[in-house]
Amino acid sequence: MRNVAIVSFAQLPSVRVSHATDEAELVQPVTSQAMKQVGITQDDIGFTCSGSTDYLPGRPFSFVAAVDGLKAWPPIRESHVEMDGAFALYEAWVRLLHGDIDTALVFSFGKCSLGPVPDVLNLQNDPYYVQPLGLDSISAAALQAQALIDAGKATERDFAEVAVRNRKNALGNPNAQIKGDFGVDELLEEPYLSSPLRKSFCSPLSDSAAAIVLAAGDAAKKLTKRPAWIRGIDHRTEPHSLGQRDLTSSPSAKLAAEKAGVGKGKVDLAELHAPFAHQELILREALGLGDDVNVNPSGGALAANSLMTAGLIRFGEAASRVLAGKADRAVAHTTNGVCLQHNLVAVLEGE
Amino acid sequence: MSDFLSAPYVLQYTYTRSTGPVIGRFLESLRYGVLEGVRTADGGVLCPPLEYDEKGEATTGEFIQLRPVGTVKSWTWVPEPRKGHPLDRPFAFALIQIDGTDNAMVHVVDAEKPKRMKTGMRVRARWAEERNGTIRDIACFEPVLPYLPGPVHLDYDVRPGQHYTAFLRGLQEGKLIGGCDSQSGKVYVPPRAADPFTGNPTSEYVEVADTGVLTTFTIIRIPFEGQKLKPPYCFGAIVLDGADMPIYHLISGVPYDQIRMGMRVKAKWKPREEWETSLENILYFEPTGEPDAPFESYEEHL
Repeated sequence: MRNVAIVSFAQLPSVRVSHATDEAELVQPVTSQAMKQVGITQDDIGFTCSGSTDYLPGRPFSFVAAVDGLKAWPPIRESHVEMDGAFALYEAWVRLLHGDIDTALVFSFGKCSLGPVPDVLNLQNDPYYVQPLGLDSISAAALQAQALIDAGKATERDFAEVAVRNRKNALGNPNAQIKGDFGVDELLEEPYLSSPLRKSFCSPLSDSAAAIVLAAGDAAKKLTKRPAWIRGIDHRTEPHSLGQRDLTSSPSAKLAAEKAGVGKGKVDLAELHAPFAHQELILREALGLGDDVNVNPSGGALAANSLMTAGLIRFGEAASRVLAGKADRAVAHTTNGVCLQHNLVAVLEGE
Repeated sequence: MSDFLSAPYVLQYTYTRSTGPVIGRFLESLRYGVLEGVRTADGGVLCPPLEYDEKGEATTGEFIQLRPVGTVKSWTWVPEPRKGHPLDRPFAFALIQIDGTDNAMVHVVDAEKPKRMKTGMRVRARWAEERNGTIRDIACFEPVLPYLPGPVHLDYDVRPGQHYTAFLRGLQEGKLIGGCDSQSGKVYVPPRAADPFTGNPTSEYVEVADTGVLTTFTIIRIPFEGQKLKPPYCFGAIVLDGADMPIYHLISGVPYDQIRMGMRVKAKWKPREEWETSLENILYFEPTGEPDAPFESYEEHL
């Protein structure tokens, strides 16, 4: 199998409202910057793939409009997933395995500031049995958090500790939206949004965009000194119906991690896509990450959560530390769907 | 910010959804107030029914009627309902396992307050008044309480007897009447059938003052069934001037942290036109402002 690596990464700072930009205007700066970092242009890219959802702007086929942020003439090979950009990266990785092209551009963008996101996300629920009940995303996640408490696997204090650690880590991240040195007791005094979830146990909503360049084999080595090689990558999904799952664990993340080979060596750091604090606890267990692993040095999704982009940013944050020689072996994770339904895990390594 | 344009925009679709033989039958049954599950290939039951189980096996098409009762497997309290939520007051979303099934249903529980929610609690469906074949034909679930209401209601007469009648007649005229047996000389309010020292009726009626000494008191801070007043309130024992036995009444008109034993108090009467044969003619006792009575003066009444 061909070796494929992440060779560059660019992102826009996550902000609550980006007044100045439409989709194409979010895409252009990050794609051009990611390519510029390794001295190439769109003409050098073999395949372009993006991840986004039209329900964020509420505009059907907005992903087509996003191509306006690229140099797409003469016509380019292009594809799109209605998922987080990390799943677009997976598609691009598969495409590079064909062997006929050596580079791929992956990007994603999410403007959460335009619509009622918790209600928009109800549209991913079962249209017959759940959507008519208006199960917003926070309440759905709260059902999972309460199940975790009832199972004796975690407490609200554990949730608060996750939030405090992520937002403290985010102090070192210029692109994070919510950061600071908060106290656990202080967070435990916040009112419930949907019990047992308080505001700080939930990710913020952000506007942002991100782009990654993938390259295969020698092409990767030519583009950068120390590529972040994708040593393993896998994604798995669980049943859609919440009532058919054990919400306190993540068999899909566990299996994806096994297939990606997370446990085959020491993990220096992991970037986990956990939009709610309790989900980080579930993911750590599923991926078998011990206390020695530096989880979310960027601050994770609790510090910035541009939907459809936060997962690709996890890949970028993990890869950039390998590219910079600060880590030898990193894990990147992305989730999609309700209550961690679908999980993608990759292992990135320096030489 | 005003440099950038912004305008409201509504996204709306008028899609319809085909339901098929499994979901369609389930939703149609709801219309008639009937809850059904479907049998899976390995003998389990799913409610709400699905065409396939989680292993990908087609379900059998055999429907089983279920009692609309189940157990909460997880829940979240929503203190501020959103526009799309089924209830306009605080409620819980819950995963509910209907009795006799192997999966759980997402629905809402109308429980008034989060304290009434607990994983493992029993809930029953409350049907919507108007049903049209959607999951919201179940308006919500409500707690099933593990006990029956057991109220008792019996009609009696109260006949207070001659001594208490004298006391109540006195109250009707704004007087506090005590009874005395000349052998002991002690005055009891209200008068008694027998003086405990002599065994004689306290038939000599005397009027005592509506002022006295607060000998002891308690401040009630907890609510209880049948309570007429809103806590906190103070209840005290008052030895009226001229009496040898305390009566019990409310103490008010003073901050609770200033109420003390030995305090001189006076009855606060209702307006005269509201007087009945009741001790409630006195609203409460309040301080007179006089110096406190020395402990020795009321010690024997404690």
